[in-house]
Order: sequence, then structure tokens, then C-alpha cells
Amino acid sequence: MIRKGIFKKPKIALEGNIKQSKTPSANIPNEMCVCCPSCNKMLFNDELNENLVVCSYCNHHFRMNSRQRLNMIADEDSFIEHNTDLKSENILDFPNYDKKLKNSQLESSENEAVITGVCKINSINSAIFVMEPYFMMGSMGTVVGEKITRIFEFASENRLPVIGFCVSGGARMQEGILSLMQMAKVSGAVKKHSDNRLLYITVLTDPTMGGVTASFAMQGDIIIAEPNALVGFAGPRVIEQTIRQKLPDGFQKAEYLLKTGFINDIVERKKLKEYLTKLLQLHNYK
Amino acid sequence: MAAYDIVTKARANGRATTKNYIENIFTDFIELHGDRRFSDDNAVISGIAFLDTTPVTVIGLEKGQDTKDKISRNFGSAQPEGYRKALRQMQLAEKFNRPVICFVDTSGAYCGIGAEERGQGQAIAECLYNLMTLKVPVISIIIGEGGSGGALALAVADEVWMLENSIYSVISPEGCASILWKDSSKAAEAAECLKLTSKELYKLNIIDKVISEKLGQKQSYETIKRLLLETINASMNIDENDLLEKRYQRFRKFGNT
Repeated sequence: MIRKGIFKKPKIALEGNIKQSKTPSANIPNEMCVCCPSCNKMLFNDELNENLVVCSYCNHHFRMNSRQRLNMIADEDSFIEHNTDLKSENILDFPNYDKKLKNSQLESSENEAVITGVCKINSINSAIFVMEPYFMMGSMGTVVGEKITRIFEFASENRLPVIGFCVSGGARMQEGILSLMQMAKVSGAVKKHSDNRLLYITVLTDPTMGGVTASFAMQGDIIIAEPNALVGFAGPRVIEQTIRQKLPDGFQKAEYLLKTGFINDIVERKKLKEYLTKLLQLHNYK
Repeated sequence: MAAYDIVTKARANGRATTKNYIENIFTDFIELHGDRRFSDDNAVISGIAFLDTTPVTVIGLEKGQDTKDKISRNFGSAQPEGYRKALRQMQLAEKFNRPVICFVDTSGAYCGIGAEERGQGQAIAECLYNLMTLKVPVISIIIGEGGSGGALALAVADEVWMLENSIYSVISPEGCASILWKDSSKAAEAAECLKLTSKELYKLNIIDKVISEKLGQKQSYETIKRLLLETINASMNIDENDLLEKRYQRFRKFGNT
């Protein structure tokens, strides 16, 4: 009988015990390198940031903070931010929410989970909102709902298109029913904007889930996604717990949504600005 | 009463469901099945009926009554087809100038592989989007559980009412407890934090009326019928644009600091 493992390559100290580094977020400045979660290659942070936080080996799109995203899309110095000082309050006295808000503000250097305003994209004026993944995973509470509603109202009044970058875990539990109401509130503003025959483009990025998917993320005239972005209503873990079976590979990924017909296209980050410019031009925005 | 006691009441076996409300409030109900896209979702009942002498569209989430019925209705958790069926009936209501009355009773929209594949999020988003400017009066009544987005899809209305012992929440107390404390058995504490009872929601102006359950179910039906007639008669005289602006402002005010 052949002993098990006889043909295995003997382990040497240097080869064994190599722990794969966990993926740190791409915007931690103190770290020199990160490991790509998709191809496991080491990437220098500076180079990664220069490459729009995309792995230069396998094209994996890392999570990107809202300011980086804005810089990637808006012409230099063209962004005028709206409602910068709106901050969430703990309306329902929810346990630990104050602390969580404070930590998120420190972690993301933003006041809330979305930034809104107007900018130029290759000289074309547009209203824009960009959600912030490093602020409570872009969850939607009253301030997020309010800021997005106001930018749609502003865009309606000024006949501007709206480009919205979505990234969110869904409605913010800590604001209870008031978060749920934001889904209706924003939907109303989107509908009004649309009834004025103005263009709304949503860009779904990893991850876009829950109440955001079930409202303004899916209400764009044109919906595009970044490669490999997770987009869905219920989270994969919740579904697995409900149906007690493993989910198929690629489930809820952008490529899957393209196949099932719920998004219009998948666009790589480096081509995004040109793509959006073309879409704006095709809708007669100058 | 503690919030979780009300959660238990809202979910109790034998609590009146949408079917009971339809039978006891309306006459000549004709059920209209199917979404004309994919299938007929039994978790949603929709159709037309008379409210006294006024033709109305009735749409409701139905949990089912005996075990067999509950299974066929997926315990009131609708698939995307349920919301598309609802939306189709709403649009027909608009065409024929019929008020829409919705009954909400669901623990949430179904989460499963098929539901995601066929766009659960998109189906709900479309309901919210279209209800906001549906040019007929819309009234929603939460009769048991109002679970998150799956409930809101039928609750973007000119007025939202709740039965005294019903609940309306962004997440189930169990779900909230397991996220917050990694322990779903702390649901009772979570239920307090979420402010999901009719009393709390009335204080927060989320709902417009609380229907008392103290005088028994029969009385609740009668009260609802009377209130529906009053409200619909009043709103049929409102100018269409005013009606929509009022609906927009009803939701616009939440979180407008």
C-alpha cells in the first residue's frame, strides 16, 4: 500500500506557513503594498492608485472612495459640492449609533455616506452623486436620502442630467423606518426628474444591495456596472441561510445581471469617463 | 405593551389576512391574476371590487390561512412577479380612474435565487417609482407585518394606516439583533430600538391613522370601510396635480432637516 502523501513535495520552512495577506483597503496610506484578492499578486499602493485602484495584472477593480471616484470623472477643479455640512443625528436613540457615526466620519473623512454636487465631465455640465463605501458601507439614512433628493431637485430645476455612483449595503438600520422612507422619497425625486425628460445614469459599483438596489440604483434610464460588482436585493449570506444551499458561482455579479437583462452594460473604470461623455453627448447635453 | 408582544400579535396564526379584509369590506371582488411576464404569484392578491358603490382596485399581500394555503402563498413573501402583477393593476386603475387600496402583510420580499435572477430589487424599485405619480388616490393599510422594501412597494400612498397591533419596520427585529449583537434571541430588545409599533410610528408621522382592534375584528372592518369611503370621497375631488404634489410632500418631509 502506498502511503498517503508519498508523492507530495516536502515542505520547507520557507514555503510552508505562508499566510496569504488579507486584503487591506486600497486607500490606507501607510501601507506600501497590497495583495490583489483576485490574483494574489503584490501591488504597490502608489501604482495602484495611479491605475484607478485597478490591479494591473488581472484587472480586478478595488473598492474606491468617493473623492477618488469624483476625481476620476469630473474635470479638474470643476466640482462644486452641495450640502456639505448635513450630518446624521441619532433620531431614534439607537444604541451605539452616535459612536458609529463618529468612527465613520474619522475613517472616511466625510460627513456622510454620499457626496453630491455639480461638475463638468469633459466640459459637459452634470449633477452627480457618489456614495462612500468607507462610511458605514454607504448605508442610506435620512441624510443620504435627503442629499440625493436635493441633487435631483436641483437638477430638475436647472435641467441637468444626473450621474449617480451607487455603493451601499442598503437602508441604514440605525435610523429604522425613516431609512425605509428614503427609498420612497428619492424615488419621487427621480420620477419628477424623469418626467422633465432629463437623463439619469446609474453606475453600480461593488457592492450595491438592499434598499438602494430596490430604489434609485435600478431607476436609471441607463444602468451600467463596474466589472465583478455585486448587485442584488438580498445579501448572499441571507439567501444561503434562507434556502440552505450554496449559491452558484458568479451569482449577483455584474456579468450575471448583464446576462439576465437587468443592466445595460459593464464598463471598465479606465473607460468610464469617455463612456459617460459619449452618453451625455448622445442625449444632446453640451 | 412591549414592542415584541405586538410583533408576536402581528404575526399570530389566525390573525385576519388580506382575504378576510377583501371579503368583509368590499363587494363583487373579481380577482385578476398574473403579471403577463412570467407567472402568477399567489403571495399577492389583486383585482377590482366595489367599495359601497365606487369601483376600486384592491391589491394585497396574502400570507395564507391554513398550512396548504400558506405554502401556496409562500407565507406572504412575494417574488418579483407579485410586484409586477401589483404594478400592472395599479396602472389599470389609473387608466380607469379607480382609487387603489393596498393591504400590506409580509415579513419581506422573498429572498431566493430565482427572485434575485428575475430582479427583485428592480421590481420593487419600479413600484415605488410609479406609485409616486400614479394619478389616482392610493391608500395603504398595514394589517399585520410591514416588512421592509417588500412592504413599502405597496405603501407609497396618499395615506398609510396601520392596525393597532401591526408592525412596520426596515428590518425584522431578529435580523436587527443578529447584526447588532450577533444574537437573534435578543429580538425583543431590537424591537424596542426599531420603533416599529403603530403607536411609535404615529408619533413619528410615518402613518396617518391607527385602527383600533379593541372592539373586535368585525368592528375593525366597519371602521376601515367607513374611513375608506370618507377619504376616497374627499380625494376624488382633489385636483390631480395637487394630489400628486401632496403625495410627494408626504414622503419629502421625512428627514428634511
